[in-house]
Amino acid sequence: MTSGDLAGMYQQVILEHSREKHGFGLHSEADASSHQLNPTCGDELTMQLHLDGDVVRSISWEGAGCSISMASASLLHDLVPGLTIAELHARIGLFRELMHSKGAGVDDDEPLGDAVVLEGVSKYMARVKCAMLAWVALEADLAQLAK
Amino acid sequence: MSHPAGTTELTGSLTDDEVLVLRRDFPALNQQVHGNDLVYLDSGATSQKPLRVLDAERLFYEHDNSAVHRGAHTLAANATELFENARATVARFVGARDNEIVWTANATEGLNLIAYGFSNASLGRGGADATRFALQSGDEILTTEGEHHANLVPWQELAARTGATLRYIPVNDDGTLRMDEAERLITSRTKIVTFTHVSNVTGVINPVKTLVRLAHAVGAFVVLDACQSAPHRTLDLAALDVDFAVSSGHKMLAPTGIGVLYGRAELLDALPPFLTGGSMITTVTMESSGYLPAPQRFEAGTQKVSQAIALAAAVDYLSSVGMDRIERWESELGARLVDGFAAIPGVRVLGPGSGVHRAGLASVDVDGVHAHDVGQFLDDRGIAVRVGHHCAQPLHRRFGVTASTRASAYLYNTTSDVDAAIDAMASVRSFFGVSS
Repeated sequence: MTSGDLAGMYQQVILEHSREKHGFGLHSEADASSHQLNPTCGDELTMQLHLDGDVVRSISWEGAGCSISMASASLLHDLVPGLTIAELHARIGLFRELMHSKGAGVDDDEPLGDAVVLEGVSKYMARVKCAMLAWVALEADLAQLAK
Repeated sequence: MSHPAGTTELTGSLTDDEVLVLRRDFPALNQQVHGNDLVYLDSGATSQKPLRVLDAERLFYEHDNSAVHRGAHTLAANATELFENARATVARFVGARDNEIVWTANATEGLNLIAYGFSNASLGRGGADATRFALQSGDEILTTEGEHHANLVPWQELAARTGATLRYIPVNDDGTLRMDEAERLITSRTKIVTFTHVSNVTGVINPVKTLVRLAHAVGAFVVLDACQSAPHRTLDLAALDVDFAVSSGHKMLAPTGIGVLYGRAELLDALPPFLTGGSMITTVTMESSGYLPAPQRFEAGTQKVSQAIALAAAVDYLSSVGMDRIERWESELGARLVDGFAAIPGVRVLGPGSGVHRAGLASVDVDGVHAHDVGQFLDDRGIAVRVGHHCAQPLHRRFGVTASTRASAYLYNTTSDVDAAIDAMASVRSFFGVSS
């Protein structure tokens, strides 16, 4: 009844993350914070970045949106602790490449950890922006740091 | 239901068998999506087009293509005649006179045309005839909480430009207008009352005549958004006694890029123009210009000729099926949608519940599942619905949601289309793991 593509996008681990939302809940302080809104669907997300020097301690976030955008933020939360800012930039770039691969994937997706489960989203052009929401928000945090 | 040939064929409703026949006229409906037959339930966003409409546009370009209202050659004359005949056809369809129909790109442009007409009058443009449209501080524009953004944002802007105040009629929990509030809010300060005929989110049919009576009693102009009514039911704008109305072609079997503005003739001839330039003038000097009467005064520049001709073909197609029959059929489909959706645990219908007369659409909130995920799940079964806020954020906020899933039917939908959507909706929550 359900196509392989749909099951590929909505893998159990994604649906679990969309419900569990690792890292959900904002802190009173952050090294950078940004708010992203997707005006076409109303999804929104606030992303806080917490650093120890040049290394990511954690992220925290709040938002409302579809299962893909929520799961993606949760998976991102699990990926980033311990990364340097340069490594984080690279991960975001790699994830963007994965999302725009139209199902083809990327050569080396190991640096993305569990977030590779979102690869199935790349077959659905209209949903790529959902998966990117948290990552774009974190990218905006990094841009603030650079200022 | 069957009809003896040639006797009562334009009364009653449609039947599934008849719909299956007329569906052959719509090539886009005959395809598969993800291995399933397409079930198109997104006509509230845009309709599919019958061959007769596609042919009309193509034939124009093959035989008659030329600039209208200029040139002395034969093709120019033919094109002008087809263009103006199209206007007459559409005018008859909505109960208007030919000179009361202005072509626009879409309904949004129509609403902006009206708003900028008032705006320009407020700046003193249009002379003594236009002073009736002038707004100033203390004047009020009244809209409703249930509008498409196209019938809200232009009025916000008009209020900001003129110093007038924008107010709105709130809605009840079921999306119907608070008529007690309407009576309280429509006062001698009210200059414009603007509202949708049929809600694109809830399918609520607003009480046009009551609102017109209240507005005209205080001398206010009435603007009707007919985008969700003109395609789906018999519309007699003169009988409804509205002052202005707008609709879009692409929601009623016509191509994109063509819309209709209606205005009572005496108003259109007095309203200052919005877009200015060629084709809408009488005498032009280096200092100033005189303007043609309506509709030409609002049709600056090269016109949407093939689209207007295609819209007339669409109107002829709808008329040949019968608007009263289409309305009844869609009412049946709408009731079936609501009954089916409302019976599913965790699914809430936004708007009137079962048993209330509505248009052929229903929007739902699914507990625990975002509308985009609902829409994705339905798409996997070949079912096309709209997800999001449907350009009505304030109404969704009123319902306590940011997005919903809307199924909207048209004359080419069958009861099995509706049942497919209901069956799929019944499986959504278990697929996403929010129910057993």
